[in-house]
Amino acid sequence: MQQLTKEHFEPISVDLRQAEAIKRPSLSFWSDVWRRLKMNKVAMASMIFIVALLVCAIVIPLVTHNDYFTTDLAGKNKKPSAEHWFGTDDLGRDVFVRIWYGARISLEVGLAAAFIDLIIGVIWGGIAGFYGGRVDEIMMRIADILFAIPYLLVVILLMVVLEPGVGTIIIALTITGWIGMARIVRGQMLQLKNQEFVLAARSLGADSNRLIFKHLIPNALGPIIVTLSLTVPSAIFAESFLSFIGLGVAAPIASWGTMSNEGLPAMKYYPWRLMFPAVFISVTILAFNLFGDGLRDAVDPRLRK
Amino acid sequence: MDNRDTLIEVRNLKKFFSIGDNTLKAVNDISFEIKRGETLGVVGESGCGKSTAGRTLLRLYDATGGDVLFEGKSIMNLNNQEMKAMRRNMQMIFQDPYASLNPRMTVGDIIGEALDIHGLATGQKRKERIQELLSLVSLNPEHMNRFPHEFSGGQRQRIGIARALAVEPKFIVCDEPISALDVSVQAQVVNLLEQLQEKMGLTYMFIAHDLSMVKYISDRVAVMYLGKMVELAESDALYEKPLHPYTQALLSAIPIPDPEVERNRERIVLQGDVPSPMNPPSGCHFRTRCPKAMPECAASAPVWKEVEPGHFAACHLYN
Repeated sequence: MQQLTKEHFEPISVDLRQAEAIKRPSLSFWSDVWRRLKMNKVAMASMIFIVALLVCAIVIPLVTHNDYFTTDLAGKNKKPSAEHWFGTDDLGRDVFVRIWYGARISLEVGLAAAFIDLIIGVIWGGIAGFYGGRVDEIMMRIADILFAIPYLLVVILLMVVLEPGVGTIIIALTITGWIGMARIVRGQMLQLKNQEFVLAARSLGADSNRLIFKHLIPNALGPIIVTLSLTVPSAIFAESFLSFIGLGVAAPIASWGTMSNEGLPAMKYYPWRLMFPAVFISVTILAFNLFGDGLRDAVDPRLRK
Repeated sequence: MDNRDTLIEVRNLKKFFSIGDNTLKAVNDISFEIKRGETLGVVGESGCGKSTAGRTLLRLYDATGGDVLFEGKSIMNLNNQEMKAMRRNMQMIFQDPYASLNPRMTVGDIIGEALDIHGLATGQKRKERIQELLSLVSLNPEHMNRFPHEFSGGQRQRIGIARALAVEPKFIVCDEPISALDVSVQAQVVNLLEQLQEKMGLTYMFIAHDLSMVKYISDRVAVMYLGKMVELAESDALYEKPLHPYTQALLSAIPIPDPEVERNRERIVLQGDVPSPMNPPSGCHFRTRCPKAMPECAASAPVWKEVEPGHFAACHLYN
């Protein structure tokens, strides 16, 4: 065997710059979330369904030659056919078109309620969490009191005071709905405001605005969006439920809830009148929930069970 | 004593936190000064108030009492506008490099934030300044568009240093900047801090619990125990001739890299735990664990006194 001598060794130069090179492509938080979300097939399927639902709800009522209110007593309670894909109801109205008008209402209520919840919840929870102490105490007690009022009672009261309709439903849902968002945001603020990066920004002289909008909210955005995506299906469900029990939109406006309500007595003979709206309610809520779950896992993989 | 002028003067600084009905005296009446260009090491056990002292000194916490003077000017009564200007003079480097950088911002924006807040540079100038700062802490300037999670602990800590340097401060509080790093990287960061001090004439308050590291970097060292300062002296004097029994015990805990000596040396092992800072012992806070405790230690608190020139201690042995 060859003897190793000193001459066989020579020092190699280590380039510190080389040692610290980062080879991995740069990945921002949201591109990382998207990467994880894409791997979740159920969530992606739900997302595609939701997008398709949105597009159809916008487009179909625009292009169809049927409308949701014209009655045709000669052609009532027709089975699904080429002319009426989902059949007709007891006044001869096309169920297929009414489903898409109903989808508009459901999505409108769901998105509007979620958006209002977002605005009020983030502001309320953000102020309470950021300032803490007595401000927090008072603001969260007010939220607790509102939360303790039975929401059906609020809805019935509102229906008496205001005109029944989409606007009233949205008000009824958001009167207590924002509290969940406020609690999430407050919790995030309390947790984040003591982090060292916030202290670092303060020691640089950052004011409250910068702290809230540059440091706190961007870091709380994950949980906020997840809460938001789970608010939508619960609002859709609440609207359907209220319309079903007769507290929602008034005839002749089509809503999945009122359609189910009208279809219920005819369930035995004309099952499609109940089946289509019921299926749309269930599948839509399921899709939103599955998408929300997927989003939560993608935003914070540690929460995955 | 050297004749450098005083940059920071701390007078009877107090910071109390109320927890329920109790008061936690995290920093209880400490006074010291830091000369321009020197490094003051602050050591003590966890929870003795050294980090709180550093943060109160920068007015990140509102002090309960006392005063801090920067170049002879009190910072405690400055209004928001004046304080913002003052923040350019005094900065902080944090302990946890994983928590001290906003995970949603790029490195460029993290460092650039200082420039934005004080309106120091915009556009191309801002970019150049950020790259200059990154080079200053031996990071690749091309990495300014990356996110903190893509860097190692040591690199992150250097980003934190670059951020502090962006406003060209005169004084930096280093709050255990190396205790979250592994040993090989510690030396790298400490050496960087020393180089920067030399290059830019910085003054440091270096908070740590690693006694040998503090000795290496500090000109003078202060020892804290339960919110009080117990001893303050030139680094060499403190390590060669500690006066306070607590300092003696701390120093005897440093392992000596010589098995022969290490085996035979005598260690002062303190009994019991640190008492709760909510309810500290009467008189001298250290008396419950002090091997040299006397009856008068319980009766009155020892006076902070210059026992030898430049060597302060608070202990009844020297009163």
